[in-house]
Amino acid sequence: MTVARLDDVRMAEVHLTTPVTDEAIAGLQLGDVVYLSGVLYTAREGVYRKVVDEGQGLPASVRALTNVNFHCSPAATVRPDGTHVVEAVTATASFRFGKSMSRWFERSGARVVVGKAGLTELAYREWFVPHGAVYLTTVGYGMGAAYGRCIRRVVEVHWLQQLGIAQAMWVLEVERLGPFLVEGDREGRSLFALANREIDRRLGEVYTGLPPYAMGRFGETVDRTSEVV
Amino acid sequence: MIPAKLIEDVARELTGRAAIDIPGDYRAGVELARDRERNRLARFVLDHMLRNWDVATADRRPMCADTGLPRYYVRAGNEAAVEGGPVAVERALRRATAEATAAIPLRPNRVHPLTRVDRDNNVGVHAPEVTWAFEPGADWIDLTTVHKGGLFGTDYRMLFPADGIGGLKRFFVDTLVEHGKRGLACQPAIVGVGIGGAKDTCMRLGKEAACLRVVGSRNPDPVIARLEAELTELGNFIGIGAMGFAGTSLVVATHVEIAYTHTGGMPVAIHQFCLSSRRATARVHADGRVEFRADPLWFTDYYRREGVE
Repeated sequence: MTVARLDDVRMAEVHLTTPVTDEAIAGLQLGDVVYLSGVLYTAREGVYRKVVDEGQGLPASVRALTNVNFHCSPAATVRPDGTHVVEAVTATASFRFGKSMSRWFERSGARVVVGKAGLTELAYREWFVPHGAVYLTTVGYGMGAAYGRCIRRVVEVHWLQQLGIAQAMWVLEVERLGPFLVEGDREGRSLFALANREIDRRLGEVYTGLPPYAMGRFGETVDRTSEVV
Repeated sequence: MIPAKLIEDVARELTGRAAIDIPGDYRAGVELARDRERNRLARFVLDHMLRNWDVATADRRPMCADTGLPRYYVRAGNEAAVEGGPVAVERALRRATAEATAAIPLRPNRVHPLTRVDRDNNVGVHAPEVTWAFEPGADWIDLTTVHKGGLFGTDYRMLFPADGIGGLKRFFVDTLVEHGKRGLACQPAIVGVGIGGAKDTCMRLGKEAACLRVVGSRNPDPVIARLEAELTELGNFIGIGAMGFAGTSLVVATHVEIAYTHTGGMPVAIHQFCLSSRRATARVHADGRVEFRADPLWFTDYYRREGVE
């Protein structure tokens, strides 16, 4: 179903368990409020560099455990006895990893990406839709404590020595981790794109009376409907 | 004589408080923004952020897993003396940062900018930043820590006298829209605007205005205070809410600070302190007493002094 306006999103509460099935993915609508139970892993530029750019193997267990990739670095530490502590998890902005996503989907079998701020509809159509993948955005972007409370245990950590705590791959068992919002659906539509179209309609009025700059910036956009991501 | 160990202990405590407990002035500002927000999605976001702060405080865990770039602002009374001198203070702050990173834990965000090597302790070259200021007629040390995210929400531009207040407002709107869409700036924010000085001066002042003034404070210059109110109103008229959904909750407060600048220019920097506006302050007295407080009181009359003496 196509949602035409931000006010029309149904915000239905959906509970997903991992690995997330194609059927469950197909049922997601833009703006649905999602909670996740099961296992997910963190992977961002450090892991993508190893697996996508350098061609290193993905830990076999990860692909078998889950198909959910969280664009996240945890507030975590390794205790002197070697145990891992993860107190908070928050997403990082996903558009920066867009170019890695297609090959990552191929290598990892991921179908759900959880992150911050989404990607463009063009990016979803090119890199997500062909792999049947959807994008969930975290809420507010600073919900580290509330999300952290939903972590049951650290299952595994990969590349901790090489990548450091922030960039390592943390495999986490979670229970009712959320809320997230469906931002990119299986057809490549975007909730943020919907919001931006409504915001853009008002910008002409906002800029009324504001003079042009005395000096421009070389190469900058002057089209207010274009985005920087 | 203030023991250096006391500085280290206070800094470690401040680092934990900043990471975990949202400042009351900012929370009250976000509650007001939530109450006037009519957009369903933006309101949903703010309700959950308020709940997140409750969880952080109840569980003693960081409110946001991006624990920012921990840094310190030190104001030393002119008569203050710390065992080992300013070098001992800086060493204490580096130790406190490394220890708190493991103990709380903070995310070890600090990496070498080119090799990306992470020492997993938030300490490195020029990290944490320590900014010093002084106060006449005092023998205490004020310590403030700020944990601010580092990627989105800030911009700098050289404007000119011909741009005037209109140009300043255009740059304000440009910056808020650019980083407000998709919620990149994690708004609603405390927006700090630094005007004048050299380029680095306005960057520093804008950041301090965002991070070291409490919501509800006004610049003592009535002309600047009026500009602060106008910019807040303008920001919330843009039509962007929390997370970049349509709405009215983009700016919790605007703080403007100025510095005398080049006769031909008007450099401006804009900074946004986010939904995890983390700061904590304590005063360490000469007799070893420690007072924690909510307001950093960074912008003193002496700090904003204008005359020769």
